Amino acid sequence: MNATPSSNDLILQVEHLSMKFGGLVAIGDLSFQARRGEITALIGPNGAGKTTVFNCITGFYKPTEGMITLNRNDGSTYLLERLPNHEIPARAKVARTFQNIRLFSGMTLLENLLVAQHNKLMKASGYTLLGLFGFPSYRQASAESIELARHWLEKADLVDRADDPAGDLPYGAQRRLEIARAMCTGPELLCLDEPAAGLNPKESAALNELLMGIKSTGTSILLIEHDMSVVMQISDHVVVLEYGRKISDGNPASVRTDPRVIAAYLGVDDEEVETVLTEVGDEDVIEQLDTGPDSAHGPGNSASMMAGPVSDSVEHANEGERVTVSKGASKAAQVDARATSIASKPQSAAKSGTAKAAPDKPAAKAPAAKAGTASKGKDTAAKPTAGKRGGRK
Amino acid sequence: MAATVSSERDTVATPLQRAFREALYAGAISLGLFVLFIGLRTDQNISNELILVQRWGLLALVVIATAVGRFLYVAYGQPFLASLKVADIDTGLLPETMAARFFRMPFFIAAVVIAALLFVLAGSLDGLLGPDLAGYARFVRALAIIYAVAWVMYYFRAFIHAHFSALGISALALYPIVVVLVLALVTGSMAGGFQGSLKWVDNFGIQILIYVMLAWGLNIVIGLAGLLDLGYVAFYAVGAYAYALLGTHFGLSFWILLPAAGCMAAFWGVMLGFPVLRLRGDYLAIVTLAFGEIIRLVLINWREVTNGSAGISGIPKVSFFGLMSFNVSDPNYIAKVLPIATSGAYYKIFLYYLILGLCLLTAFVTVRLRRLPVGRAWEALREDEIACRSLGINTTTTKLTAFATGAMFGGFAGSFFAARQGFVSPESFVFLESAIVLAIVVLGGMGSLVGIAIAALVMIGGTEALRELDFLKRVFGPDFTPELYRMLLFGMAMVIVMLWKPRGFVGSREPTAFLKQRRAVSASFTKEGHG
Repeated sequence: MNATPSSNDLILQVEHLSMKFGGLVAIGDLSFQARRGEITALIGPNGAGKTTVFNCITGFYKPTEGMITLNRNDGSTYLLERLPNHEIPARAKVARTFQNIRLFSGMTLLENLLVAQHNKLMKASGYTLLGLFGFPSYRQASAESIELARHWLEKADLVDRADDPAGDLPYGAQRRLEIARAMCTGPELLCLDEPAAGLNPKESAALNELLMGIKSTGTSILLIEHDMSVVMQISDHVVVLEYGRKISDGNPASVRTDPRVIAAYLGVDDEEVETVLTEVGDEDVIEQLDTGPDSAHGPGNSASMMAGPVSDSVEHANEGERVTVSKGASKAAQVDARATSIASKPQSAAKSGTAKAAPDKPAAKAPAAKAGTASKGKDTAAKPTAGKRGGRK
Repeated sequence: MAATVSSERDTVATPLQRAFREALYAGAISLGLFVLFIGLRTDQNISNELILVQRWGLLALVVIATAVGRFLYVAYGQPFLASLKVADIDTGLLPETMAARFFRMPFFIAAVVIAALLFVLAGSLDGLLGPDLAGYARFVRALAIIYAVAWVMYYFRAFIHAHFSALGISALALYPIVVVLVLALVTGSMAGGFQGSLKWVDNFGIQILIYVMLAWGLNIVIGLAGLLDLGYVAFYAVGAYAYALLGTHFGLSFWILLPAAGCMAAFWGVMLGFPVLRLRGDYLAIVTLAFGEIIRLVLINWREVTNGSAGISGIPKVSFFGLMSFNVSDPNYIAKVLPIATSGAYYKIFLYYLILGLCLLTAFVTVRLRRLPVGRAWEALREDEIACRSLGINTTTTKLTAFATGAMFGGFAGSFFAARQGFVSPESFVFLESAIVLAIVVLGGMGSLVGIAIAALVMIGGTEALRELDFLKRVFGPDFTPELYRMLLFGMAMVIVMLWKPRGFVGSREPTAFLKQRRAVSASFTKEGHG
């Protein structure tokens, strides 16, 4: 983030967003911004919480904490976490697509796009009453909506199949149709959840073109994508998530070279991590190397029932307990830890190259020989003390 | 390994051998199935003791019939059906279809001649043939008429297909007139024509149209919005009791109470809709089923208002917009206003046109609503509720409007029912009614008005037609009542249609808008909805 942009430049501000499912923290304190008229990409490994962020923005989930502000072109501001689900597309003008395509498969392409214009047409039909009696105002609105649908069908290169059922389309065309349908709601922010998933290179290129076309009409785009060719080619700004936390944020070029991002995607050498973490004095690693029972969670010294509640030694999902990803799981955190250790121990400067060199040896992420290696991310269950600390995943 | 293959596989059984074997299996299965159903029967003797009646002869008959039927089907039916699909080598054409073979010109002429002859002799049939054979003769006459009508429909099928709605509506509009005229010709007097038309207009016409209307109303909830409602009869009951109570206590006219009953039912539709908004699929079905029962139990137990199981009688008749009444004692009785003879048939014919009008209103509103955003939203809701919400559609109000609109038509039908019967009691609103209406919607093809109308015609008309088969008593004995077999007919029809057309008579969906060409959407793409 170079200069703080004025709120008018920003279409979406996500501040301190957290989403917890029971004890699981899917997103932890995430803040990022999307600028108006730009394509912002949200990337990260599987399970990083990207779709959860989308669901929070589009109202399918109510976030546990945090604020999501949307600034519309006309200057009005909406707090998305407070709007009911269906009002987010209707009033805040945020449209979305789904990772697993959700079309109205039994309706024709044209009908799909007409359903997307529901609110506009509902108003024009006088909430059904005028339309029922065939008032001309509705007929005109209906003709206009068909024109808009035709416009987007042409953009998506689907106009020849306008009268076919949506379920009959090939996969790539269904993806394009879903985007066209979202555009028919007249959005200012379009959220696309993996639009390029399952597309061949040609379809992927056509998608890029469609997205650039949408961008040129002034609609901002928020994009989840795994296909780096799409992300790097079209996005203006990239936010990288790992385990629900932001690990990088910037333009595509800077994100691409960020060691934290590389580590998150490709992993780092396990052995190396452990040495580094031990050097830093990471308590988890030390605890694990120390083979004694975990006194905090194991049964107390006394066998008496008075020593403490049984549940303490069996079940750990107490109310309010926060289950987070184990410390060693986050690759980005390992890189951070290593950087700290390097900074504090200049004599290990020889190792400084490894941080950058990590991408050169992806093979290092072979299955760990040591059962207790923290970096496998299997939380405490994999530890020698598993018997004592078991009972949760 | 090849040696382990059983030797039976080496020789292919001839169709006759196979048929014989399958006939034996079928006979054995039917013996197992029917030995307790048909072979043994419990009955009461004259001193009220329970006795076991053995009917081995009948059982043997059923088992042999099953075996012979299976034999004929496998030995001759299957090869014949297969031969229909094989093209001729010389001409490259498929053989004549079954329908073309069945509907030939000479057959048609024969059918017309037989029907005409039997009509001419209608009066003297009993004298000529005796009551036994006269019954058969009337049955033959009915078959000849059905065949002739089917023949005409077969030869003009393209025309009928192209103008189905117009033809159907004009046929329905002309139906009472044709019935009266034909019967007048047969009996030789206009009064006889009116008297004879009672059964055809009331039992067939009105009865079927009530179910058509109910099914079209339920179609909005199930077929369009995909919300499985098993308690639809509750709204029928609300409409009927609204008219019965307000009409008898306050003397309000049908024309005021019809919309009132519709509103009342729509209100209860919303009341039901609110608690079940979050439910889907099976859970929704069970809660709506319970709602239907609650309404019925309230009607039974709230004696002060509803008069309990005894029901409400003396419900006022519908008047012709207040201009003419159908009560003989009234000064503006129709026969006094118009110079015509007194007859009870006028009221039935009037009611027929009334329910026809209500049905057409339902169809018109449904067709219109489908092309409006709310109707599209219903169908979208059936296809994918989450996608609906992502497009800014308020699924709560959309579901509630579907419940309310469907319930409103149920209420209309209910108030018409009360006016027609002149009497309502909770017994008319049992779960079976909901099930029948649901069966009609499913058989017809969810969402299709034409399919549902045909299904209602077949199911309700078919069960009514069973009452006409009195001559069967000569075959099966005087205890045989064919109408008791209507549930069997219902079940058979459901099984056959679901095997032959799993999505109902009309499974395809008509799109509500098109860019270049209107093409029906195949049923394989549409979803049934999950509540």
